[in-house]
Amino acid sequence: MSFGPHLFLALLEGTVTAFVLALTALGLSLVFGVMRIVNVAHGEFYMLGAVLAWACAHAVGTPVAGFIVAMLVAPLAVGAFALVADRWILRRVNYHPESTIVATIGLLYVLQQAVLMLYGPDARPVAPPLYFKIQFPWFGYSGYKLVVAAASALLLAATWLLITRTRLGLYMRATQQDLEMAQAFGVPARRVYALVFALGAMLAAAAGVLIVPIEQAHYLMGLDPLLMSFIVVIIGGLGSLRGTLVAAFAVGLSDGVVSVFFSPTLAKIVATLLVAAVLVVRPGGLFGEERA
Amino acid sequence: MSAWRKVLALHLAVLLALLVLQFVLPPYHHTNVARIMVLAAYAIGYNVLLGYTGLMSLGHAMFFAAGMYGAGLPVYYFGMGAPAAFACGLAAGVGLALLFGLMALRTVGPSFLIVSMMFGQALFLVTLYFNEITLGDQGFILSEKLRPLELAGTQLGFHEPAVKYNLALAIFTGCLLAALALRLSALGRVLIGIRENEERTRLLGYDSFRYKLLALGVSGALSAAAGAGYALLFSYVGSTFASILFSIYPLLWTLLGGVGTVLGPLVGTALMFYLVDTVSGVTSSYLLFVGAALVALVLWFPLGILGTVRSRWLPWLP
Amino acid sequence: MAAVAPLLATQALSKHFGGLAAVREVSLEVAQGEIRAIIGPNGAGKTTLVSMICGRHEPSAGRIVYRGRDITALRPWERLRLGIAYTFQVTSIFKGLSCYENVALPAQRGLMHGLARRLAPGEAAIEARVTAALGAVGLEDMAWQRADELAYGHQRLLELAMALATEPRLLILDEPTQGLAEAEISAFCDLVRQIARQATVLIIEHNMQVVLALAGRVTVMDAGEILAQGTPAEIERHPAVQKAYLGR
Repeated sequence: MSFGPHLFLALLEGTVTAFVLALTALGLSLVFGVMRIVNVAHGEFYMLGAVLAWACAHAVGTPVAGFIVAMLVAPLAVGAFALVADRWILRRVNYHPESTIVATIGLLYVLQQAVLMLYGPDARPVAPPLYFKIQFPWFGYSGYKLVVAAASALLLAATWLLITRTRLGLYMRATQQDLEMAQAFGVPARRVYALVFALGAMLAAAAGVLIVPIEQAHYLMGLDPLLMSFIVVIIGGLGSLRGTLVAAFAVGLSDGVVSVFFSPTLAKIVATLLVAAVLVVRPGGLFGEERA
Repeated sequence: MSAWRKVLALHLAVLLALLVLQFVLPPYHHTNVARIMVLAAYAIGYNVLLGYTGLMSLGHAMFFAAGMYGAGLPVYYFGMGAPAAFACGLAAGVGLALLFGLMALRTVGPSFLIVSMMFGQALFLVTLYFNEITLGDQGFILSEKLRPLELAGTQLGFHEPAVKYNLALAIFTGCLLAALALRLSALGRVLIGIRENEERTRLLGYDSFRYKLLALGVSGALSAAAGAGYALLFSYVGSTFASILFSIYPLLWTLLGGVGTVLGPLVGTALMFYLVDTVSGVTSSYLLFVGAALVALVLWFPLGILGTVRSRWLPWLP
Repeated sequence: MAAVAPLLATQALSKHFGGLAAVREVSLEVAQGEIRAIIGPNGAGKTTLVSMICGRHEPSAGRIVYRGRDITALRPWERLRLGIAYTFQVTSIFKGLSCYENVALPAQRGLMHGLARRLAPGEAAIEARVTAALGAVGLEDMAWQRADELAYGHQRLLELAMALATEPRLLILDEPTQGLAEAEISAFCDLVRQIARQATVLIIEHNMQVVLALAGRVTVMDAGEILAQGTPAEIERHPAVQKAYLGR
């Protein structure tokens, strides 16, 4: 296959990656924006989504039904778990930044190992709900991957609507702008925090459900999305949703292209170097609120 | 000044105890304690950044690995002698720390933490990517290539337990005394000021960026010394020592022992080493224990062992 | 007044936060050795102005000249080393450290010259300076208490001791008597008069008794600009000041 089509393939891959990355990183970014904490266990919520999707597919007969059940059950289950973690751990340390980081690191290992013990060390595939091939002149491309991109876009749009059109969204934005002022106006900050944390977890889990027919469910699969999400929020600027989305596309596309032409490992190294470049010029990220 | 004397006496007593310990320990524990001392040196390096300066890094394995590969690669490929290799490892660690600091210390808030994790992972991936040279995950062994140390006419082979133990003790002693000296010095005071209230410290006449960079340099140096020491003494160099888990360990050891105390890292490393040893005898999912320990520490025991001792009984403990 | 150059002069100093002009083209001169009070209603821009002088905020426009030198581009720590010290409106000390350690940090700065001195400036010399500073504010007995165990008034004195330990030439005090009891306030005024023998003092105050007791000259600010300047008596009589601030 010559260069042109190869590039087209790479861009397609990159686009799919970008959408899923945007979905995952958005969860992390929302949690930081509203709660001012970094959830290092974020990747594990993604992994849980994938593993639960496998479980659903395994339990239900057909791939389509399995997928629909997974898309409902997995985010809700993971969201519920996030609510519990918020109540019992994060609230107990008063959302103190360093304590939260250490606690979520602990949570990362607990979740990872729990899945290892219950699910095992193997990577297990899940059949995609829709299987069709789009035939380009130079290669065939999995139609499901494009469905993933579309579904991610839909979820991103739904989240955007949630943030801008609902009362919860209003509370979230108020809390992000000025916590004390919001509380003075009667915004139930604690409840908002709990719901935002759950929302972040659900977005990650949804991304996991979408990706699992492409990638296979494995107990260690949460690390890469975590690091990629980190790269995205740093480049985009911590706290800026617009920055997160822009950076997700930049990073996702470059990751896809470098992965196809060279190797995934090199793609990650390149992404990290990109971060270094951005930091030298703009320490707060491209759209960052905070300047050095 | 009796406070100084108490402090110095305590730390020298600990070193003396470690020196004497080698004559009473059975062989299995002998190597363990040697390992603990080198790993504790790594934790001491980590504590300089977290405990003294208040900067949390999740990528410290990169400095340990810089020391490890910086010492291991010249020995493996060029047959370099141990002292020169150690110096190479140390230089690699300091260089990396300063380079990283120049780029990452200008970020604000939790960005530093995230960036450190990313760069730690990037270095890990680099060791895997260039695996024709580094032999990646599998790693390589130094023992055939490592010439014995010549000291005062005698040959000290690195395979001898006594040599391992005492060199490990030497590295630990160097790192412990360096950390203690820093803590008690004027520079240490500035770092603590930055930790407690950075803006106030700047308005009292200190360029906080420069001091944070210095702290990172020292921290990287100590961690790299541990890494270089580990490679030379235990003969193995591999990618696992650059992984994220290996960056989380010094955080755990430091928190357990008492973050911000000089001897805390030793206590935490030793305790955790034996706890994990015990737990992994029972189950292979000892990481579950590690994770639970982190959550428990942060919820119920944030001062750690020596931190609690200091706040309740011994306020003069540095 | 024009014969001797002022210690500090700001030239059309301005600061905008987004759309809000907090300080507009303020040109202020402070003579060496004087005690100058800055008064004005809340939001007048007093704290923003002095924050620009000590280096906490970067000006949007204008210059700051100190001892004949343009210091506008200098960073906060560089200004401290030139002798500009600042105490915060909301006390900013090292809460978890002892009073001694709080004052030792600024005290050692002046001793850290050259490489060897940076590592070990000499604890005895530091101790002498700390004792002197704590003694000047009357806290010498509390040297080993934790700063957060002190009463609020004592914390304010501690912050003042920290500023004194830097041997300032220009001491900027931002609402230092806020929250202090009557007796503490008059002790504080005595202290400032003593300090003013060696340093120039710029003090933001709401308490008019303190202003009348201490200030040689007063600058009145409102809405980011200077409304009036003069002796306390002149200011009291000034019609615009009476209307805007003193409420008569």
